Amino acid sequence: MDFLIFKAPMLMVQASLDGILLGILFALIAYGMALQWGVMNIINIAQGDLVILGGYIAYTMYLAGIHPAWGVIVSPIIMFFVGWALYKLVINKVVDRDLFISILATFGIAIVFQQLMNFIFGADVVVAQSGYGTTMLFDNSVTLPNSKIFSAVISVLYAIGLVIYMRKSKLGRAIRATAQNARAAKILGVDTEKVYAATFGINAALCGIAGALISITLTLHPYVGLPYTVRSFMIVIVAGLGNLPAVAVSGMGLGLFEEFADYILGTEFRIGAVFMLLVFILVYRRFKLSKKREYLK
Amino acid sequence: MNALKQKDLILYSGLIILGLAAPFLFSAFKVQLTYLCVLIVLAMTWNLQGGEMGYNSFGNILFYGLGMYLTSSVQVGMFFPLAEWTESGGEKTFVHTTAQYFQGIGVGLLVAAIIPTIVAGAIGYAILGLRGHYFAICTLGLGIAAGEIAGGIEIIGAGQGFTTPPFPAEIIDPEARGQFFYFLSFVVLVLAFVFVKYIYGSRFRLILNAIRDNEDKAEAMGIQTMKYKIVGWMCSAFFCGLAGGIMGGLIGYIDSTDVAFDGREMGVFMVLMAILGGKGTLWGPIIGATLFHFLKEGLWTFILGWQYVALGVLIVVIVVYFPEGLMGWLREKYPERFGEVIDEKDRKAQVELK
Repeated sequence: MDFLIFKAPMLMVQASLDGILLGILFALIAYGMALQWGVMNIINIAQGDLVILGGYIAYTMYLAGIHPAWGVIVSPIIMFFVGWALYKLVINKVVDRDLFISILATFGIAIVFQQLMNFIFGADVVVAQSGYGTTMLFDNSVTLPNSKIFSAVISVLYAIGLVIYMRKSKLGRAIRATAQNARAAKILGVDTEKVYAATFGINAALCGIAGALISITLTLHPYVGLPYTVRSFMIVIVAGLGNLPAVAVSGMGLGLFEEFADYILGTEFRIGAVFMLLVFILVYRRFKLSKKREYLK
Repeated sequence: MNALKQKDLILYSGLIILGLAAPFLFSAFKVQLTYLCVLIVLAMTWNLQGGEMGYNSFGNILFYGLGMYLTSSVQVGMFFPLAEWTESGGEKTFVHTTAQYFQGIGVGLLVAAIIPTIVAGAIGYAILGLRGHYFAICTLGLGIAAGEIAGGIEIIGAGQGFTTPPFPAEIIDPEARGQFFYFLSFVVLVLAFVFVKYIYGSRFRLILNAIRDNEDKAEAMGIQTMKYKIVGWMCSAFFCGLAGGIMGGLIGYIDSTDVAFDGREMGVFMVLMAILGGKGTLWGPIIGATLFHFLKEGLWTFILGWQYVALGVLIVVIVVYFPEGLMGWLREKYPERFGEVIDEKDRKAQVELK
């Protein structure tokens, strides 16, 4: 193999660390995806655009002179209400319908979001400077931006917080009950409409956190939302709904895959590799499932 | 029955005459009319597997883009080295003669129809095993992956695009180019219509409908669903490839993600047009495409810059409020016109239940 990465072991360490830290961020977005998919049975194509919008909120703070790290607190609060409003406007009409309708409707929402962000924030690639500096490891051969470590830590903290919230709080219990059986929950006095709105809001808030972290670790652009949607979709398929450890692990796996694909195939094929991985995973899953139902034949 | 057939005959001959006369009547709108023909073809063939088979694909753009790249590559590659052509300015060094141009585009379109069909057949077994939304997302991924990958391949111009051969300069008539592409697309449209109409009268359509309504039951009834699903998708791919080839020549420039594998525009348009008109009907996609095209061309210029926002809102509104489309709405309103007999008592009883 004539690839640079196999010649230099330090590059491999670099790619692995980058991949794992990035993967934790992906897992956070995927957890939101799993939440809404499990509870409301919708697939949200606009997920990635919610992430980018959250990122732009942090970026706006940065432009206003506030440190963008505060975005991880402000952005989810704003995004929660954006999600709530989005639910009241559109999503509540697609909840009980065919999944394809939700895909197409959220695709429309994604286009609107992209364009509005394009108008408001411009079509340039932007990044919010956190000024956290970098950590040098292994004799200066591996560089690790502190902002990436920061983002991974924040993601883990929020994820733990959310899990505890879902276990202990009344709303969390209501959400889990609705996910198990919406009708039964309704009979037992759960206001499912409110639960749905809250779920979508929480999902949007998670996107907001992830977006704020992306604004300081990676770059923002109005049209890069869809890859985030696809990544989270992939993670959810591999990990299953409502299995947080699996989501975290497959998120990190995806991060690793991407970093290595970046080195081996070249950066121009990075997004292409992500989408091809999606196709591959779906096809693999299909053959695995078809083996299971072989006795029918 | 005879009278109906006569009515049909008048309708079809009227439409064909209109189609043939259109480029002379509306000489200024030839390019728009060509677009319309291509859009109708895309909507109609998307409807074959989206509406009739129930496999909602976002990825037919894959075949469209493939057809576009293939036509132009063949057209260039038959006479000149392709790699040198796609390097910047190559199209100025090499010039197609009139005969070469038409030979090239003819062979190119043939290849553009056949290769996507084969590709659809080859990946069909793997992809069509996916059900429902998994299929939709998978095809969405396929379309975008194709665009990203095509944008990294040097020989077809990579990120900087691919200039398709210009129309031969020896033909001086300024109208000729528009007319040529219009009639090309019109022929494809007629072909597609005849083909789809034939399918609508055949057992094949019933099988596709059975797959849509309940695939497991259809399988239990002894239908080899996979075989028919693949054939259904191949039919779509065939016409998507042709449509892409024509559009490549018409636009004159191929970009990997903005023109060829344009999931954000063409890929969504074909789904939207079919849904707007009514999935699973013969005329629905045609009406939907026409309406959509007029709407788009009429509105786009007034809301310049906001057209994508309008498109997004349009998608949401159509999908959320009119999932049955125009034909579905008409069908509910005038069921007699669709040959359905409604029991009045039954209808009233249902209304009361609501």
